[in-house]
Amino acid sequence: MRRNYGQSVGFFVLGLCISASLFFLGIIIYFIFMKGAGVLSWDFLTQGPRRAMTEGGVAPAIVGTFYLTMGALLFALPLGVACAIYLCEYSPRGLIVNIIRMSINNLAGVPSVVFGLFGLTVFVKYFGFGISLLSGSLTLGIMILPGIIASSQEALLAIPQSIREASLSLGATQWQTIRKIVLPTALPGILTGVILSIGRAAGETAPILFTAATFYTRGFPDSIFSEVMALPYHIYALMTEGTYPEKQTMIAYGCALILLFLVLSLSGFAIYIRQKQRSYKYG
Amino acid sequence: MAKEKRIEVENLNFYYGSSHVLKNINMFCYKNRVTAIIGPSGCGKTTLIRLFNRMNDLIPGTRLEGNITLDGKNIYDKDVDVVEIRRLVGMVFQKPNPFPKSIYENLSYGLKINGIKEKHFIEERIVKSLKEAALWEEVKDRLKDSALRLSGGQQQRLCIARCLAVEPEVILFDEPCASLDPISTKKIEVLIEKLKERYTIVIVTHNMQQAARVSDYTAFLFMGELVEFDHTEKIFTVPAHKRTEDYITGKFG
Repeated sequence: MRRNYGQSVGFFVLGLCISASLFFLGIIIYFIFMKGAGVLSWDFLTQGPRRAMTEGGVAPAIVGTFYLTMGALLFALPLGVACAIYLCEYSPRGLIVNIIRMSINNLAGVPSVVFGLFGLTVFVKYFGFGISLLSGSLTLGIMILPGIIASSQEALLAIPQSIREASLSLGATQWQTIRKIVLPTALPGILTGVILSIGRAAGETAPILFTAATFYTRGFPDSIFSEVMALPYHIYALMTEGTYPEKQTMIAYGCALILLFLVLSLSGFAIYIRQKQRSYKYG
Repeated sequence: MAKEKRIEVENLNFYYGSSHVLKNINMFCYKNRVTAIIGPSGCGKTTLIRLFNRMNDLIPGTRLEGNITLDGKNIYDKDVDVVEIRRLVGMVFQKPNPFPKSIYENLSYGLKINGIKEKHFIEERIVKSLKEAALWEEVKDRLKDSALRLSGGQQQRLCIARCLAVEPEVILFDEPCASLDPISTKKIEVLIEKLKERYTIVIVTHNMQQAARVSDYTAFLFMGELVEFDHTEKIFTVPAHKRTEDYITGKFG
């Protein structure tokens, strides 16, 4: 009797927790949608801003955020996966590897504005890339790198040693085993890290504040050395500067809605690949 | 059939760090014969069989003394290509370990990594190995299905087929029936009986009836020492050592 009672209470509390989480998520989406949907139009998605940001669209910011996110992934994904492979498959287990692992995990906890300052010092100034798409992508890339390494490592460690042995026992080299068996099997796990990273890279303001973003550009970025507009920075600028707060707030919510949609569709693509890969894994 | 020694183990000592797990082992495996390695858990039988295809190379902190020769050549010599050794000495593991890929890909993998690209040849070899492993009839219509959809016994026969596809000369079975039901076990035993016509077979097993049924020679290992190595018939009827007798009659272990 008492055990059943305990179970009911337990399940009730768990249910309460999930309801609360869904409630807040729902409210966020509801508010952004209600406030932002009004300004959405074809022009809003395809035109540049006009009249000091109070009219026109945010197309350069959409494109800018897309480029920055892709750029960050292009840099961080290969590097992160390669690091994870080295740490899990090649390096001898020991003190040094543990220290490297710990450092990487700590890197994940560094505040994003610190990455911004780092990007400013290293990419913008030292390498002379200036405030540009390139500097911003690299900075965002470094920010998401620890996450990608950590999730890739987890995915690699989750692969049973027995299938590595199966491959080696057929006369495969270690490199063939990694490339043809280990990596494809780990792909769903790696993509989970990518999905989380996309959201972070697309949404962060601080790392691009000093390295890539600008308040206004005439058109789309024409090279990797161009300054770019970006949705999160645009929202920040609309809410803190300018002379027509009412109009600007509306546009900011519109941007938020688009940002949400952009992140969801990029993640959706990664989820699609992940599901396709998983169908083999679990029959 | 003339008896020909394929694998010879001479004065073998093996250490994990400071623990001495195999002590002065001397034995051999004949071509076209099944050699069984039996003994209680932790006696070192799996360690021993994994030395035959250098699988223990993967474990850091191990040390080996003595020789293991394959056709007279020490497989632990510096100039030996470990990848080539593993192709010649195939292995079937304790738990079925198919790749999370289709049945077809599981079988073509070993050929592809060994540089064989011709599709027609690969397909022929796949059919041949599946037939040899007595799995063809069960999977011929669903080669594109995930290998993980097969039952445990089918998966193990797939692993055997995967091993056969690269045409090894020696096959090591490391407790191949440990996770299988009696019917699947029977199928694999029949299979081993047939495979010995073409291959040299070494099998580690917990199951003494299995060793008695399938093997021609039996090695009894106890605490890292080779207590007795002889014809299976002799081991199971007139063992020379008291400890062997106690083990096979179930007095301990």
